[in-house]
Amino acid sequence: MSDFDVGPDEVEHIAELARVELNEEERALFAEQFADILSYFETLDEVPETDREPELTNVMRPDERRECLDQEEALQNAPESEDGQFKGPRVS
Amino acid sequence: MSHNGYITEEEIAGEDGPLAGKTVAVKDNISTEGVRTTCGSAMLEEYVPPYDATVVDNLLDAGATIPGKTNMDEFGMGTTTETSAFGPVENPAAPGHVPGGSSGGSAAVVAAGDADLALGTDTGGSVRCPAAFCGVVGIKPTYGLVSRYGLIAYANSLEQIGPIAPTVEDAAELLEVIAGPDERDGTTHDARDHGTDYEFAAAADGDVEGLEIGVPTELLDGAEDTVVEQFWAAVEELEEQGASYHEVSLPSLEHAVEAYYVIAMSEASSNLARFDGVRYGKSGGYDGNWNESFARSREEGFGEEVKRRILLGTYALSAGYQDKYYKKAQDARAWVQQDFDEAFEDADVLASPTMPITPFEMGESLDDPLKMYLADANTTPVNLANLPAISVPVGDDSGLPVGLQIVGQSFGEKQIIRAGSALA
Repeated sequence: MSDFDVGPDEVEHIAELARVELNEEERALFAEQFADILSYFETLDEVPETDREPELTNVMRPDERRECLDQEEALQNAPESEDGQFKGPRVS
Repeated sequence: MSHNGYITEEEIAGEDGPLAGKTVAVKDNISTEGVRTTCGSAMLEEYVPPYDATVVDNLLDAGATIPGKTNMDEFGMGTTTETSAFGPVENPAAPGHVPGGSSGGSAAVVAAGDADLALGTDTGGSVRCPAAFCGVVGIKPTYGLVSRYGLIAYANSLEQIGPIAPTVEDAAELLEVIAGPDERDGTTHDARDHGTDYEFAAAADGDVEGLEIGVPTELLDGAEDTVVEQFWAAVEELEEQGASYHEVSLPSLEHAVEAYYVIAMSEASSNLARFDGVRYGKSGGYDGNWNESFARSREEGFGEEVKRRILLGTYALSAGYQDKYYKKAQDARAWVQQDFDEAFEDADVLASPTMPITPFEMGESLDDPLKMYLADANTTPVNLANLPAISVPVGDDSGLPVGLQIVGQSFGEKQIIRAGSALA
């Protein structure tokens, strides 16, 4: 069993952090499933600390203007736009 | 008969080139300019990309015709192609069963003969699993061989675009077209800097004389008996053609699935944060505060499996739990890489069943996410280690296809193509 005390309230807290609204049914279902899944993930405790060799390197390019999407293309998928800009919800 | 393999059937015609006259279906998480690209999600039901992915440019330059965009598990999150908002795909090779996932539409249209070839994407087995379940060939390239520019990200450190085809030679020919460095994807490499070249199709000569195959015992332990039987029959076939094998233990592989899911979910929780219903996707409306609006957009736009993974990823990265899950998963990833390095000291390639099981019946795994995750035991280690692997069909169990996975060393595509072509 996971030491994570999974209940609908905890699921709701994570959902808030993730900006996902859930209905009551989803909260209950996820609470039940997360207990199983997280206790399975806990077998990672048996993994020894292992040195990592980073394989990725930074790739740089000169900071110069180049071809990109125009304003119309950038806005074409927005549910709503105003004066050539994205329209988002009110910042309260 | 329709297997629901396509989400959008809209033809895009290419120029002239090596793929002239060939149809290549494209998974619906790969951007096509002017043709909607949904990722199998209601969130992107009406999303029309303003640009092409690099691999799409490559296909059209090579003369291919794209017949449509293929169905997939929502955002690539699934092993059965049942989590799509556009309905499940049925396996043309095994009616009533799932085609595997997440590139189930791509494998299904190739298996049904509705397209000559297809592109899928493989984050934890999503090309190899459906190839195995539908009785066709799939290749997951070395991380960095193929550009991901224009691929809508799920877990960027793990995923690669790869070919699905009826034969190894056809898959190799398609890989040749899409492989190569791209200045728009900083993680791409030039294979020529890694002691090889791009002559993949020519490598499909079936010559396995002197090939030494390592068989990781951990990847046989959890497999169904009938799958194991088919696997050994295929190894025997390779032996008869001049290869030899030995068994080898890679203890880290016992932890690959959990490490994979922690890393993939963590990356997904970050990648999918971009879907807020403002620049694209379902609007959450304009009332209330903006966090509520975003949360509404995501409640409506995302399906259950996507929500599950975003939440678990958010949890694994949250304060107090990051060391316990994410950091340990990175340790496991490094351990898996070390184990593969050691195994390749005595073997040219490693072989296992692609999937430990034959295809689920449709609906069978939907209520049990952990059961679905565990089916990825043999494919996920390859993504954690950034290695190339191919799945080739090696027979069936009462009509249910079985695939053999051959794993190569980094940029060892030619070696796995050569070995695979001895079988299919």
